Amino acid sequence: MNFFEVVRFSLRGLNANKLRSALTMLGILIGVAAVILLVAVGNGSAKTISDRIEALGTNTITVMSAGRGGSSSTALTRDMADALIDPELAPDVKSVSPVVSSSSATMTYEGTDHSVATFVGTTPTWFAASTTPVGRGSAFTSDDVDQGRRVVVIGKTVAEELFPGVDPLDKQVTVGGALFTIVGVLDEKSSTGFNDGNDTAVAPLTAVQQVLTGYGALTSIIVEAANPDKVDAAQAEVSTILNQKLDVSSSSTSTPYRIQNASSLLETQTETADTFTTLLGAVAAISLLVGGIGITNIMLVTVTERTREIGIRKALGAPRRVILTQFLIEATLLSVLGGGLGVAAALIGAQFQIVGVQPVIVPSSIGLAVGVSVAIGLFFGGLPAARAARLRPIDALRYE
Amino acid sequence: MSRPVLQVTDLKKIYGTGEATVHALSGATMTVHRGDYVAIMGSSGSGKSTLMNILGALDIPTSGSYLLDGVDVSRLSDGQLALARNRLIGFIFQAFNLIPRTTAVANVELPLAYAGVKPKERRRRAMEALDVVGLADRAGHEPNQLSGGQQQRVAVARALVTEPALLLADEPTGNLDSKSTDDVLQVFDDLSAAGRTIVIITHEDEVGARAKRLIRLVDGAIVTDVRQSPIHLPPVGAIRRSAGRAVVAGRHSL
Ligand SMILES: Nc1ncnc2c1ncn2[C@@H]1O[C@H](COP(=O)(O)OP(=O)(O)OP(=O)(O)O)[C@@H](O)[C@H]1O
Ligand SMILES: [Mg+2]
Repeated sequence: MNFFEVVRFSLRGLNANKLRSALTMLGILIGVAAVILLVAVGNGSAKTISDRIEALGTNTITVMSAGRGGSSSTALTRDMADALIDPELAPDVKSVSPVVSSSSATMTYEGTDHSVATFVGTTPTWFAASTTPVGRGSAFTSDDVDQGRRVVVIGKTVAEELFPGVDPLDKQVTVGGALFTIVGVLDEKSSTGFNDGNDTAVAPLTAVQQVLTGYGALTSIIVEAANPDKVDAAQAEVSTILNQKLDVSSSSTSTPYRIQNASSLLETQTETADTFTTLLGAVAAISLLVGGIGITNIMLVTVTERTREIGIRKALGAPRRVILTQFLIEATLLSVLGGGLGVAAALIGAQFQIVGVQPVIVPSSIGLAVGVSVAIGLFFGGLPAARAARLRPIDALRYE
Repeated sequence: MSRPVLQVTDLKKIYGTGEATVHALSGATMTVHRGDYVAIMGSSGSGKSTLMNILGALDIPTSGSYLLDGVDVSRLSDGQLALARNRLIGFIFQAFNLIPRTTAVANVELPLAYAGVKPKERRRRAMEALDVVGLADRAGHEPNQLSGGQQQRVAVARALVTEPALLLADEPTGNLDSKSTDDVLQVFDDLSAAGRTIVIITHEDEVGARAKRLIRLVDGAIVTDVRQSPIHLPPVGAIRRSAGRAVVAGRHSL
């Protein structure tokens, strides 16, 4: 009996037990698809997060006050920001942008109100440092900052809220009782988390301090390094200068300010995302296991019948090798077919957004999922057959 | 005389242990020569099927020896046993044992497939065998679409299809009406006339009467062993009819 004939026997066997074959394949399909897709979702969300952080700019450092409430000893001042621009002490610093921000500003235009999520007061260097380019119109100038001119660049959301169908450029809006002239509209930005990054307005530092926040402490200072490789050097220079300014002894462990840089943020975020992916992977592995138990169950239920069948075949003179080959091919076909369909289902599923995340397939997860499912199929399909093929025909026929 | 086809000596088969021990066979000894047509009778539970399963190399005795065509079966490897079951023996089970959800003709083809016969040839011979038992028109039916008697006849066709030298039949007419019984026995008579060796278990006296030799089993032991007609002549059934239609041509011989 040649191999081709044994394959035909296997196909006939699968065909004769359609429901069992279909259920087994379905179990494998779901297990494989779940593993691949869930890992892809985890991976996709990790990628989205890192993309967003990279969009924030990987060569910037943010200095924030460590103390809350802005007591004068820990407050960041304009003076400190200016001190950071020092080609001698801080050669790796490209630009420094002091920032004040207000989250309670209301902008009014011809009777329409809009509460701006973040109203930023800063210097022109901020636009480059925070990778927030101006789309239409132009940014304000250092001269505007020096003169405290009331000009403002608004985000996409603000423009849509206040000026539906109208060109916002050169229009005058009221903020905190003062008139501001709109000089530019920011490019649309991908939103980070729950905050709408486009619900913002940017004006000269001096104007915002005068109208909204007062001349108190800065919210933060954004320092741009000369290039991404110099971020660590720039950070060291910044802390040295700030320690000097704030009289922090070099031995003291706590500083009155905090320095954050995007690459360290990226690192923590990536770590979190990895944990998330691992978690999803574990859930997926459990679903594969449950699928495997389902397959085992189906196989075990049919063991009695199949054992009897093997008894009949042996009684008719089938050699053990032929029986084993037939049943192994059956199991292989089922699991390979089920696994293949599962991969196909996962690949199709990955084309769509799942809970707001675009899945990104991890190739190794495909190998793992298919490997495990084929192993399960072979093991639980082959084991009963191997056992039955060893029985004496009469014992196989009597098996219950 | 040539060496016997079947030779069993002091065959014992004990099932279970302790209180529940059953002596299904308690020292059966018999010899069957080539061309013989033996009927085994006995009450239910007397050990007929147990003996038949051992003769068919499907089961092994607890003790005693069994020589099949002069070879000690207990010494055969798994592969050799498979070969013997496939080429030498045609076995008809009391419980039919057809493969479920598989057509009658595919069931009949099975032993030929394991013998390595080509698909076309296989199909032709399977249809022929089904024709012999009068089921050619049911070839495409699956076992659960066939009556008990029809299933039994498919089982008979499956045993005949390889044209085995030794036919072992465990109540092959148990579910058949007198017409079908007669048809099947006719086939057996023809086979016997062609020189095949047949051992058949039956409860029916008229079936036993057509055999050349009648053995009675009681509680796992042979109590009578009667020769009813000479071994070298065709069986009474075949003589009674005119020149028998040679349905099955000789191919294997022992
Ligand atoms: N697997 C087994 N385990 C235990 N006892 C068994 C087993 N098979 C058969 N027996 C017992 O062995 C005895 C002989 O059984 P066997 O099947 O040979 O009877 P039989 O003569 O074929 O009967 P019947 O005419 O009803 O088919 C019976 O008492 C039966 O209960
Ligand atoms: Mg019986």
